Amino acid sequence: MKLASRHLLQLEGMSKEELTLILDTARSFREVLERPIKKVPPLQGKTIANMFFESSTRTRLSFELAERRLSADVVSFTTAGSSVSKGETLKDTARNIEAMKIDMVVIRHASAGAPHFLSRVVEANIINAGDGQHEHPTQGLLDMHTLREKHGTLEGLRVCIVGDILHSRVARSNIHGLKTMGAEVSVCGPRPLMPREIERWGVKVYYRLEEVIPQVDALNVLRIQLERQKSGLFPSLREYHRYFGVTRDKTEKAERSLTIMHPGPINRDVELSADLADSEHSVILEQVTNGVAVRMAILYLLGTTGSAATSPEKGA
Amino acid sequence: MSANRLIDAAGMRRTVTRLAHEVIESNRGAEQLAVIGIRTRGEFLARRVAKLVEEIEGQPIPVGILDITLYRDDLRGRLDQPLLQSTDIIFDVTGKTLILVDDVLYTGRTIRSALNAIMDLGRPRSIQLLVLVDRGHRELPIKADYVGKSIPTSLAQEVQVRMVELDGEDAVYLSDAAGKEARS
Amino acid sequence: MNILLKGGRVLDPASGLDAERDIHIVDGRIEQVGPSLSVKNAELIPMKGKWVTPGLIDIHVHLREPGFEHKETIETGCQSAREGGFTAVCCMPNTNPAIDDESVARYVRQKGREVLGGIVDVYPIAAATKARKGEELAPIAELVEAGAVGLSDDGAPIANAEIMRRVLEYSSMFGIVVIQHAEEPTMTKGGCVHEGFVSTRAGLSGIPSVSEELCIARDLILLRYVPKAKYHVAHISTRGAIEMVREGKKKGLSVTAEVTPHHFTMTDEAVLTYDTNTKMNPPLRTKDDVEAVIEGLRDGTIDVIATDHAPHTIDEKEVEYTVAPFGIVGLETAVGLTLTRLVKPGILGPLQAIAKMTTNARAVVGLPQVKIEAGQPANITMIDPDETWTVEASRLRSKSKNTPFSGMTLTGRSIGIIHNAEMYRRTS
Repeated sequence: MKLASRHLLQLEGMSKEELTLILDTARSFREVLERPIKKVPPLQGKTIANMFFESSTRTRLSFELAERRLSADVVSFTTAGSSVSKGETLKDTARNIEAMKIDMVVIRHASAGAPHFLSRVVEANIINAGDGQHEHPTQGLLDMHTLREKHGTLEGLRVCIVGDILHSRVARSNIHGLKTMGAEVSVCGPRPLMPREIERWGVKVYYRLEEVIPQVDALNVLRIQLERQKSGLFPSLREYHRYFGVTRDKTEKAERSLTIMHPGPINRDVELSADLADSEHSVILEQVTNGVAVRMAILYLLGTTGSAATSPEKGA
Repeated sequence: MSANRLIDAAGMRRTVTRLAHEVIESNRGAEQLAVIGIRTRGEFLARRVAKLVEEIEGQPIPVGILDITLYRDDLRGRLDQPLLQSTDIIFDVTGKTLILVDDVLYTGRTIRSALNAIMDLGRPRSIQLLVLVDRGHRELPIKADYVGKSIPTSLAQEVQVRMVELDGEDAVYLSDAAGKEARS
Repeated sequence: MNILLKGGRVLDPASGLDAERDIHIVDGRIEQVGPSLSVKNAELIPMKGKWVTPGLIDIHVHLREPGFEHKETIETGCQSAREGGFTAVCCMPNTNPAIDDESVARYVRQKGREVLGGIVDVYPIAAATKARKGEELAPIAELVEAGAVGLSDDGAPIANAEIMRRVLEYSSMFGIVVIQHAEEPTMTKGGCVHEGFVSTRAGLSGIPSVSEELCIARDLILLRYVPKAKYHVAHISTRGAIEMVREGKKKGLSVTAEVTPHHFTMTDEAVLTYDTNTKMNPPLRTKDDVEAVIEGLRDGTIDVIATDHAPHTIDEKEVEYTVAPFGIVGLETAVGLTLTRLVKPGILGPLQAIAKMTTNARAVVGLPQVKIEAGQPANITMIDPDETWTVEASRLRSKSKNTPFSGMTLTGRSIGIIHNAEMYRRTS
């Protein structure tokens, strides 16, 4: 069993078997992370470039940690703003990657499809660390891993994604991954922040948090960006918090305990109340740890896949 | 493919018992002893050895399972990716005398990987190697401390260890597997 | 020049002729048209199984000159047109400077006459407003005098209702058509693909179909208020827009519409590859919209097939999807796509299809009709309806190679044109 693609560009289109392989492998790496020496050698001699065209300290740190724990050589750069504004095109960057003999590229970019573009023009394995409003596959995987470890299985698990679905790559990756694994996915948020025809993904759409909370096992709360209000998509953060903010008084109405996730960084007391973020419902820090394990799994699975040129050696 | 049975169930039981005695003898008891089996068949062999040592010495012996996938030197050449499983060693290896157990000793590469993997877990006092079958053809300077049976083989042959826990019987077969890759 | 086109299927929408005829042409003039002509000393061009049609015209191309000669020039654009079977093109005014001044219009016309021996006529479409900003009227009377055949701010809509009303009123004095790039700009900021399930999947900002429809709805209301104005919808792409044009025509409004080959060939699903050659404005729409386009072509709601030939260099196109410019080249694939997608499946008859690239198109921009008759200047396109060929971007004659059709196999291709006493026959 191995992954069908040399790249991790999106969770849409990946099979249940592939996703299961990644999640199982991540589970094995969780064990490595508990060891006194957390470093293992499978990517020795591989060079990985972390290209962050959009700043994201957390995701970059998580990838770097995962890469170093697999013994890879790591180079990272972050450029604020788009590469185009700096006069360098993505294609130029790609050519540089080739010239520097980089084996794997982790790319975060403000433009949807940038990792796909890169995968067409360079030989390296490409890992999408978030492309515009499209997907954030490793975040989706770590959310799935966290839920699977907490609840035992994703099959039949009821998960609601709350907030700005329209602009969220996290939501898209979660929807694809969770649906493939057999979970029931719903979304909740203000209608202007709902993408068109989202119900065609087979997700239920809610506009009232109170309605959906009693019906789900987990809430994945998205970060709300202030600039969405300025472009007229919702009236104010105060109103957003009041109607779509996940707070203790809303979750207490649920009969059972809920799992609460957030991809971070949290706007405390805007989309999620501070007390809930730190409560026993929250698996937010667990998500961070799992992030490293999931990224190790991806890097390991993509970085060690052989080519037809060499035959397997005899062992024992 | 013609398979020749070299060890049967009774033979395997006798061999493992002898190996357990040798371990106790050479270590003058079972103080600070721990057994680590290499996935997959090494694990079952390790459990059997540990149980026998426990019975003879009357004291519990910790057993760990080692997955060496991450340490393989052929990880990148393979078309077929080995499934990564977790290492399950809940005791601290530092200061212990470790009996590393595998079913077949061949090129020595698996043992090399296992030694590296163990070193990343801590600093054992010593590591000894126990194998059921030594079939020769070493590619690395590695030698077993306890050998169940040495079987001279050609490169084209395949040694297959079968164990009740996994295969429904205890036996060792030698077969001519021309053109077939040896089990790794 | 003394040639005899022998045994071709003459398709002349103006007269309705669809029959095998020989055509004798001397020095750019049609001497005789008839079955089995025998002419001495004439160069014989066997046309058995081929089509002979009036010279095709593409009323929506971007030649990029002046200002963007790295993308295309009038000369390379005309080479592309000639290769694709067009003897005339109407070029849009989004040049730099824009064609909002008679000097630029005259320059474009003149340059068109000079290149390639004048085998391709170049008719400028002038800006409707100064610098295409949609704020003040361009000097329309002067532009008409300088040879402009239409008015448009193409690339941008004439968004302001008051300005649009005045453009319609002013242009109506000269009988010149106003060509609208229909878009409600307040709804399309940042958009790069059709807004719908595909934009949701791709995570790309959407251009809703209602933004096109709102603009057309408003214009049709204005058109009713300003009788005698001529209004043409450029690159129509949505079901709603087509329905409004159909209704408008029923009510007797002077409205016409064109569609591009890519809008009857491709759906928005194509953008999921993030190939920037699928990025155009209006965007590729849904399967339902494509079906409406096909129906509109069939019932005549859509009068014209025009390419919106929009050259951009590889460096401009090979960038992130969101920053890539809109548009693709189309002159060399138009005949192939029309025959493959519309004629071959029987959606349009050969005469109907040719009319949408000849008579109907000329009527929109008010150009005199071309006829295949004795005594007329020879303005002819020759088409092999059965040639099966594979589009190769690198082999396009256009200076730019931005086509999503590379690798696609098409049936039907121009084999040459005759115009202004020049003949061109495709060699490769």
